[in-house]
Amino acid sequence: MSLQTTWFILITVLWSGFFLLEGFDFGVGMLTPFVGRDLDERRLLKGTTGPFWDGNEVWLIVAGGATFAAFPDWYATMFSAFYVPLILVLAALIVRATGTEYRDRRDSERWQTAWDWVIAVACLLAPLLLGIALGGLLGGVPIDSDMEFTGGFVDLVQPYALVTGATFLALSLLQGALFLRLRITDDLRARAQRSARTIAVVAVVVLAVQLVWTTVIEPGDTVIPGAWAWLAITFAVAAALVAGEDRHEGWAFASSSAAVVFTMANLFATLYPNTMVSATSTANNITVYDSSSPYTLRLMTIVAAVMVPVVLAYTAWNYWVYRQRIHPRTAPTPTDDADAAPPPAPASGLSAESH
Amino acid sequence: MSTLDLSRWQFALTTLFHFVFVPLTIGLSWLVAVMQTAWRRTGDDEWLRLTRFFGKLLLINVAIGVATGLVQEFQFGMNWSSYSRFVGDVFGAPLAIEGLAAFFLESTFLGAWIFGWGKIPPRLHLATIYLAAIGATLSAVFILAANSWMQHPVGYTIADGTGRAQLTDIGALFTNKVFIWALFHTLLAAFVIGGTLLVAVSCWHLRRGRDVAAFRRTAAMGLAVMFPAVGLALMTGGRLAVTITEVQPMKTAAMESLWQTEAPASFSLFQIGGMQPGTEPVVDIEIPHLLSLLATASWDGEVQGIDPLQAQSEQQYGDGSYVPVIPLAYWSLRAMAYLGMVLLLFSGTGLFLLKYRSLEDAHWFHRLATWSIALPILINLSGWILAETGRQPWVVWGLQKTADGVSPSIGATQVWASILGFGALYAVLGVIELRLMRRYAREGLEPPPSEGSDEPDERLTALSY
Repeated sequence: MSLQTTWFILITVLWSGFFLLEGFDFGVGMLTPFVGRDLDERRLLKGTTGPFWDGNEVWLIVAGGATFAAFPDWYATMFSAFYVPLILVLAALIVRATGTEYRDRRDSERWQTAWDWVIAVACLLAPLLLGIALGGLLGGVPIDSDMEFTGGFVDLVQPYALVTGATFLALSLLQGALFLRLRITDDLRARAQRSARTIAVVAVVVLAVQLVWTTVIEPGDTVIPGAWAWLAITFAVAAALVAGEDRHEGWAFASSSAAVVFTMANLFATLYPNTMVSATSTANNITVYDSSSPYTLRLMTIVAAVMVPVVLAYTAWNYWVYRQRIHPRTAPTPTDDADAAPPPAPASGLSAESH
Repeated sequence: MSTLDLSRWQFALTTLFHFVFVPLTIGLSWLVAVMQTAWRRTGDDEWLRLTRFFGKLLLINVAIGVATGLVQEFQFGMNWSSYSRFVGDVFGAPLAIEGLAAFFLESTFLGAWIFGWGKIPPRLHLATIYLAAIGATLSAVFILAANSWMQHPVGYTIADGTGRAQLTDIGALFTNKVFIWALFHTLLAAFVIGGTLLVAVSCWHLRRGRDVAAFRRTAAMGLAVMFPAVGLALMTGGRLAVTITEVQPMKTAAMESLWQTEAPASFSLFQIGGMQPGTEPVVDIEIPHLLSLLATASWDGEVQGIDPLQAQSEQQYGDGSYVPVIPLAYWSLRAMAYLGMVLLLFSGTGLFLLKYRSLEDAHWFHRLATWSIALPILINLSGWILAETGRQPWVVWGLQKTADGVSPSIGATQVWASILGFGALYAVLGVIELRLMRRYAREGLEPPPSEGSDEPDERLTALSY
């Protein structure tokens, strides 16, 4: 396998990892104002992703960095073409990150409620707009023979791109609902489960449309979806079937995660060997052969071979440490209680019951 | 304004804003790690309370640093696509490695540290803050390697056919002489701002007589870090200037507003006027030989002037101006040097009070200390301004001009919209950040942990995030 193909696959993996992990963060962010009925419940829901979301976001940074290093033309054209959507993604992610940190720092109902909604909107925009950008890679945007984007905003929001955006939005919601169900208990868990059931149905439908469209959008030989598409829909359906059941919640989340990965794999496998399709002329497509030099690719491959297992190992450790459920009865209390007398030990903020 | 100018403003604004927080994160994360180590070693709960107090300030600061850092990774491609194509083969590598080796480490272990009180075994928990600090520091290593390549390109070749820069030796990026000195200089500056924050906050509480024993410790710790760090930052800054004079003589000429070549060259302490071509300074106070010493490390060394360098560049690269904005270069250097000396004097005074007088009672010093936090911020921003604007008109020294790096496909409207958008967003965040920092800094230490409990109170822990 050529180094170019290796890096194309690695970038696919990075985007998959991003939507798998950060997908549930976004989902939790969107669902929080709906599943959580009061501020304490919402704080608890936020706590489910507390130790994870910051690390999850790095997948996006690395996907960007890896594209820059391995395929400078892809990076340059994609990021300058999707200028407006990406500005909005950045704004959304900045608001989400700072909001998560700032929300509990003031003991005011208005302040916290406002942040919950602002974060929810930010968590909706990010996967939607990133999905639109990824869909645009395959759906095609106007690119001239100098690899420069020549279109306007309208060229970025073509139907296929929008469907892809909606797909990643729906999958993120599903990830979020199923993740919540794994992390909480009692009433809240029941509510998360009910929303998971509804979301799962919507997600399967949207995903099916996206998968079929991905197959037919490619000119030429086949209209029968390939293996990746079948895997994606199978796992999505599997997740939907157990989304409403009390048992198998681990399997539900695993299936939904697999659906995310295979949806991404299907998109990128269809795209290959292109990295960006030109709507102007197929001769202007940007491909994996527009890559960095063999020296740089080799160097980066060595770095990735050493670093990726290490990163995966400590990421896995982090998830393992915080694997336990968060219990509503022991939800952390508002910040300003810190001024009060110390509570009796062992008080518990994030105490958990083993499961 | 043109798309080029707007894109430059956007880059400057977003990066400067980001750069307010990053050095503090690097410096403070190590200092908090040391506090926690002191707690583990001594079992003294005062150290625990200090760890958690300064840890909280660290987290407020990290949140905004991380959030604004995303913009950095994206905007090369967004606003500077021609630059990205030209340098991707070289510049992309350290950036991607930064993500893999530094950001994952920092984010994951900071998350583990925040939520890990009482959940992770104490030793491992202590390790997490060190790993987060290492991650933050490593990110400086990689980004400075990338930036130093823009200042002084090494280890590359220009590819036939494409005419783009192509990496030939990654080792050269990390042995680049600009990189070595820039790294020491920047990391020292990170410890300066970390130390200053400790001193500023601790003195605020000392003045009010709160938790005097505890805050005396962190004031002492901050001063003990500040004094050598400022001294060494000034020295490495001097060494960096010598290196810059070798590789970017125009930057040195601009920061001295030196129009003609001089040997020996005198250092201008304070100058008004004379920073435009053909004008004479109204006021100019100079110290003979000092510039030769600073820039070339010799008594009579020759320092080239702007006019001959401009002529030489025109011959080498064709018509055009090769002179950066002189007042900006001139004053950003002096801001660093002079404010650095003020901090040196300040921290020296603080150490004197600590050792020979009573720091707890020196209210005049406490009052100064609270305001001193502004200085390292100004110093750091000046450093960035000098390094980046002093390199103009080049984006990559001698290889690509900034004007040739901008994205051809974006229009002024888009960039205006994003500048205004980011401007508004950053303004709001900046205000919130400042108010939260002030509030939590004033709130002081948490109550002492419950008796008989070896671990910090978990309920309090959860509140800290």
